[in-house]
Amino acid sequence: MIHLIYLLVFGFLLTACIGLAASWIDRKVTARIQYRVGPPFLQPLLDIVKLLGKETVLPAGVSRVTFLAAPMIGLASVMVVSTVLWVNSLYPSQGFVGDWIVALYLLAIPSLSVILGGFASRNPLAGLGASREMKLVLAYELPFVLAALVPVIEADGSIRLGDILNFQRANGATATSPAGALALLAAIVCMQAKLALVPFDIPEAETEILCGPLVEYGGPPLAIYRLMKDMLLFSLPFFLIILFLGGVRCDGVHLFWGVLKYVGLLALITVGRNTNPRLRIDQALKFFWGPVTFISIGAVLLAAWGH
Amino acid sequence: MDIRLKALLKSLWVYHLSTGSCNNCDIEVLDCLTPRYDIERFGMLPAGSIKHADLLLITGSCNRQSVARMKRLYEQVPRPCFVVAIGECALSRGMFIHSYNCPQPLDRIIPVDVYIPGCPPKPEAIIAGMVKLLEKVKKK
Repeated sequence: MIHLIYLLVFGFLLTACIGLAASWIDRKVTARIQYRVGPPFLQPLLDIVKLLGKETVLPAGVSRVTFLAAPMIGLASVMVVSTVLWVNSLYPSQGFVGDWIVALYLLAIPSLSVILGGFASRNPLAGLGASREMKLVLAYELPFVLAALVPVIEADGSIRLGDILNFQRANGATATSPAGALALLAAIVCMQAKLALVPFDIPEAETEILCGPLVEYGGPPLAIYRLMKDMLLFSLPFFLIILFLGGVRCDGVHLFWGVLKYVGLLALITVGRNTNPRLRIDQALKFFWGPVTFISIGAVLLAAWGH
Repeated sequence: MDIRLKALLKSLWVYHLSTGSCNNCDIEVLDCLTPRYDIERFGMLPAGSIKHADLLLITGSCNRQSVARMKRLYEQVPRPCFVVAIGECALSRGMFIHSYNCPQPLDRIIPVDVYIPGCPPKPEAIIAGMVKLLEKVKKK
């Protein structure tokens, strides 16, 4: 019962509120950088409410179950991973062994749900966008897992997020060691790709103007996808903060530092989004399997040798 | 006004369709997205796919080839959706009224909510037309 409350309150409500606010901050800062005014504060919420009020149009001949279930799979996985991350931050003793692995694979599912939705759409543009998303997932998952391995190595091999947090509380954040700093750098680049933001929004807008895998989605299914992306905008930086920056301690002044860490990562995401052109998929693949993987491997080796 | 309509009016996603225009009206529509006029502050974003559209901005004089496609697109838009005709060609075929290739004006083919005259209409006129659309929908 208590877990249901954790899921609904922390996993869904709190994550959705912070995610929508973060999405607004991202859009507003983008607008100010481009010397525009930008949308009002409730705009991301209004977008989702509006989409919920439109009709659902199913393309002819699609599998109804796959088409409609794909966004819900993504949203469910983001809800569960947010619950795991929140519970580890608020009640560190209630984590379980292996929740690092659980968080990693749950964070891969939203991209998979976009791929599923794209291929279920029976549209060549959606299929093209989904295949590019698949290639992008192949590209960034490798360095991301390697980079996320560094805090585990430094915490003496424990795959429990609570132990990683306790280690950082005792010995300083992972990012203060050379291995941790390199791993954080690689993880931030992979995070930008996971969120499908420029310079890596190849699947989204590459089939230019026509939105990639989400071409055939409209109305409530699209609302669920957008909510999933906004919640991911909170969950992914939160995961990185737990692994590399010492987590968010929710008592007194430490909450302020936690908010500052999150806003810092969000600022990096937004600035990266506004100052870069979009890469081609082959450039992105070479980039992730080249420099970023080398940096991640270097970080893992440094961590294994005790730095 | 119920919450669905309120949210719809504050977050209109614009799909821009040209049925054989000379492109001037299209350029003026694109100007509305630039920092000088910035319709994103009203929540209006350009929609990539027709399934994401709330507002069809139609320019051009509806030649035979594009009318067939425009009708299919209009059928694919999730309701509720509004249609705005921009420029003289979309209003009444403009100077192409005697052309062999433009048999019917736009509002004989699909229902139009707002007409924005001009050749091309300035971005200020387009924004004024949008405001008139919002007022018209609120009154209904």
